Amino acid sequence: MRERLLTGNFHLPQSHTLRVYRETGGYAGLEKAFALPPAAITEEVKKSNLRGLGGAGFPTGIKWGFIPKGHQGPIYLVINADEGEPGTFKDRYLLEKDPHSLIEGMIISAYAIGAHVAFIYVRGEYVRPWRILRQAVEEAYAAGFLGRNILGSGFDLDVVIHRGAGAYICGEETGLISSLEGKKGWPKLKPPFPAVRGAFGAPTIVNNVETICHVPHIMRRGAEWFAGLGTNTQGGTRMYSVSGHVVRPGVYELPVSVTLRTLIYEHAGGLPNGRGLKAVVPGGSSAAILRAGEIDVTMDVDGLKNAGTMAGSAGVIVMDDTVSIPEALMVVARFYAHESCGQCTPCRESTGWIFKMAKRIVEGKGRKEDLDTILDVARRGAGTTICAFYDGAVGPYISYIEKFREEFEALIPRA
Amino acid sequence: MPKLTIDGRESEVPEGTGVIEAARRLGIEVPHYCYHPGLSIAGQCRLCMVEIGNNPRPQIACNTQVVEGMVVRTETPKVLETRQAIMEFHLINHPLDCPVCDQAGECWLQIYYMKHGLYEPRMVDEKVHKPKAVPLGPHVILDAERCILCSRCVRFCDEITGTGELGIFQRGDHSEIGLFPGRELANPYSGNVVDICPVGALTDRDFRFAVRVWYLETAKSICPGCSRGCNIAVHSNLRRPHHDGGRRVARLKPRYHAEVNRWWICDAGRYGYKFVDDPSRVRFPTRGRGDAAAEVGWDEIVPLIAGQLRRYQPGEIGVLASPQMANEDLFLLRRLVDHLGLAHVDFRVPPSRPGDEDRILIKADKNPNRRGAELIGLGPRDGGLDARGMLRAARERRIKCLWVFHHDLLASAWPEGEIREALESLECLLFQGSNGNGVRLLAHYVLPSAAWVEREGTFTNFEGRVQRFWKAVEPLGAARADWEIVARIGEALGLSFMPDTGEDCFKALAATVPAFAGLSYRELRDTGRLVWDCAGRGPA
Repeated sequence: MRERLLTGNFHLPQSHTLRVYRETGGYAGLEKAFALPPAAITEEVKKSNLRGLGGAGFPTGIKWGFIPKGHQGPIYLVINADEGEPGTFKDRYLLEKDPHSLIEGMIISAYAIGAHVAFIYVRGEYVRPWRILRQAVEEAYAAGFLGRNILGSGFDLDVVIHRGAGAYICGEETGLISSLEGKKGWPKLKPPFPAVRGAFGAPTIVNNVETICHVPHIMRRGAEWFAGLGTNTQGGTRMYSVSGHVVRPGVYELPVSVTLRTLIYEHAGGLPNGRGLKAVVPGGSSAAILRAGEIDVTMDVDGLKNAGTMAGSAGVIVMDDTVSIPEALMVVARFYAHESCGQCTPCRESTGWIFKMAKRIVEGKGRKEDLDTILDVARRGAGTTICAFYDGAVGPYISYIEKFREEFEALIPRA
Repeated sequence: MPKLTIDGRESEVPEGTGVIEAARRLGIEVPHYCYHPGLSIAGQCRLCMVEIGNNPRPQIACNTQVVEGMVVRTETPKVLETRQAIMEFHLINHPLDCPVCDQAGECWLQIYYMKHGLYEPRMVDEKVHKPKAVPLGPHVILDAERCILCSRCVRFCDEITGTGELGIFQRGDHSEIGLFPGRELANPYSGNVVDICPVGALTDRDFRFAVRVWYLETAKSICPGCSRGCNIAVHSNLRRPHHDGGRRVARLKPRYHAEVNRWWICDAGRYGYKFVDDPSRVRFPTRGRGDAAAEVGWDEIVPLIAGQLRRYQPGEIGVLASPQMANEDLFLLRRLVDHLGLAHVDFRVPPSRPGDEDRILIKADKNPNRRGAELIGLGPRDGGLDARGMLRAARERRIKCLWVFHHDLLASAWPEGEIREALESLECLLFQGSNGNGVRLLAHYVLPSAAWVEREGTFTNFEGRVQRFWKAVEPLGAARADWEIVARIGEALGLSFMPDTGEDCFKALAATVPAFAGLSYRELRDTGRLVWDCAGRGPA
């Protein structure tokens, strides 16, 4: 039977309420967690092979372990609910349909890392999810799951919900921290990493919504069970946001060992109107594009990495044979040019430049050297920036041109 | 202290040193824009990439701290390629308007393009347009298109002055430096943002379009604007006298001194040099008061002054030296005062308004050499009168001859009417100074002093640091250094010591005044020497 950890309650009426959450076993993981020393929870999460599901895919338990031992002073947990990666809409469902699983996961995670204040940074455009989440937090406070001495454990936790203002870069964990601190959402230089010196100068763990929603399940059913759901290097399930030219677009929770082909053709119902598949972006707009013949890959972090792309945020964008890849590149390049924070030079200057070149090509004013210029600029800029934003932009810049070069060349007038 | 190797050379640096500083200590310059040793690390320009150990990706040298055994390479093919790429990124939206840009000739985009760029330009699309010629405050003007967004100016206003006028607004390649709403870049140190701006984005409203920088000459100097003694460079325009209306001093720039002023100077000091080329300058010696004043040569006036000083009893003569004068001037004047046996000597005249002071650089005492005058001993001696006492005595016609150096007594804290009456009562008023004032108008003899940029010398700052300044331009007209004038008059009065140079004066000073013992111009070097422990109020 297909395990549905995160989405199992989505079909229930009032699934977002504390009542329904408790009726389905909610907050049971919490009592188990409080019976353990905090370090044992981190160990359990390490063993579960839970990996960050916001995009980077970093092992969660290892991240928690980076907090300096014996640190005096505040430690913060920050939930990244700034879901902004184009093609990704899973966290929205979690916030709207099952906010208490996030809150329970936060309490356990905060207990594990020694945080007594947790922030939830919610994407500014997510008004409805924010309203529902706010109600859920109020309910949790009223029921004694948040605040002082939770369930008599002696553990205190306050939750602060902070709304973003619409910048993609504020989903980058240090950009998010800057924004949370009241500053312009500029990513910070690393080192120091947030686990050492993050929000307000204190050790901070930033985790994605979906990642944290998994934690209660690991507590309830054990790390081994969770790890067994996935591959050798990534445990559990994850939520795939499927959009574009499919019969049934939507969010699908599946084991990470699922293949891209199965996801598209079995779960999402294949392509409509009998159209052929041209390309798929498997992990949000920053992931390199795959050709139709490259979809027999498993959707875990390492499977997609080996395929030359990335699992990213698991936003699967399906393009049928009517799509112009040069136009798609222009659109995605416009996005990165618009969202570049402007802090460091390679990204600030070249995202705009590459968009101008892509636009010119689509408009039929391309020059034969433009394609190599884009590739060269992208390659030379990759790895030189403060944060991963630009490397994310380089994914599409290079892969769209390398994999569909003839389509671009067809648009460039011959001299 | 960790040891590291940079380009094959070993070095040991203090814990916490950045790779970029460690390289600098070895004389290896890692190119950079946003890094500034006086500001926090921004890591924005991405130019200072170097290879570290086996890391496949070059790292920024500014934000990487040295650790034991680190191996850094600053000139590998990968580093050079990365630098070239970063230079291209910096320049794609730059207007390349060097021919009309004031920064040309001292622009780090030009310098680094020639050293690290030299690529074939590939940008053919429309560049991003941003505001141009935007005044940010009284001294600074912005061209946002030239800006490379290194954020040095923003960090300066946040971290050094704490005034926070500037920010970076917008996003992506539309990002631009600007003022927060309702703000103006008018803090007392605003000119420093022009110095630290590596490109032509922030230029100096006083200097821009005056002289091309490659025509400028540079002399090391000390700011005379207050008792801090900030180290500065005087940039003068001698080769193109028709530029900038004949103004010889084109601008002052801060010169780094670790203990005195670090990289900064205040705006009052930076723009305070205008008196040098001002019409109020005294150019020639004159005799005769007011309308009767007539220009005379030094050969004529020196015997006349000597005659006046001989005519009066020592008790009828007052000398009012100035803390604007250099140690050399004050020392020679003291020699003359001793030679003539004068007791009524002082240098202290209170200003009409107390000077402003802050915790950064600015000192309330607006004189560069009060400490020098104190140490050399230009105060009243053997029961002689102080400055106020001399003026009272002048009104009572007990003092008949007064030699005033520089002071505008009529604009002091003292009642103007009373002072005017005192000066008018004198039989012989000598005024010696670089610029005319109310005292000059009443003087019977006027002696033109060279401005500080027109001569060499030393000042002793508030903390007792003796610092050298060098000559940048020739004196105007017949003006001479104060010590030279005093020496000529002394010679006419039979004073045996006759120095030929400022250095000779300083040698004699060092041999005579205990606080200066053992010092020489050589010994002072560029950084000066502390001679007086102000806390202990004794020799350092």
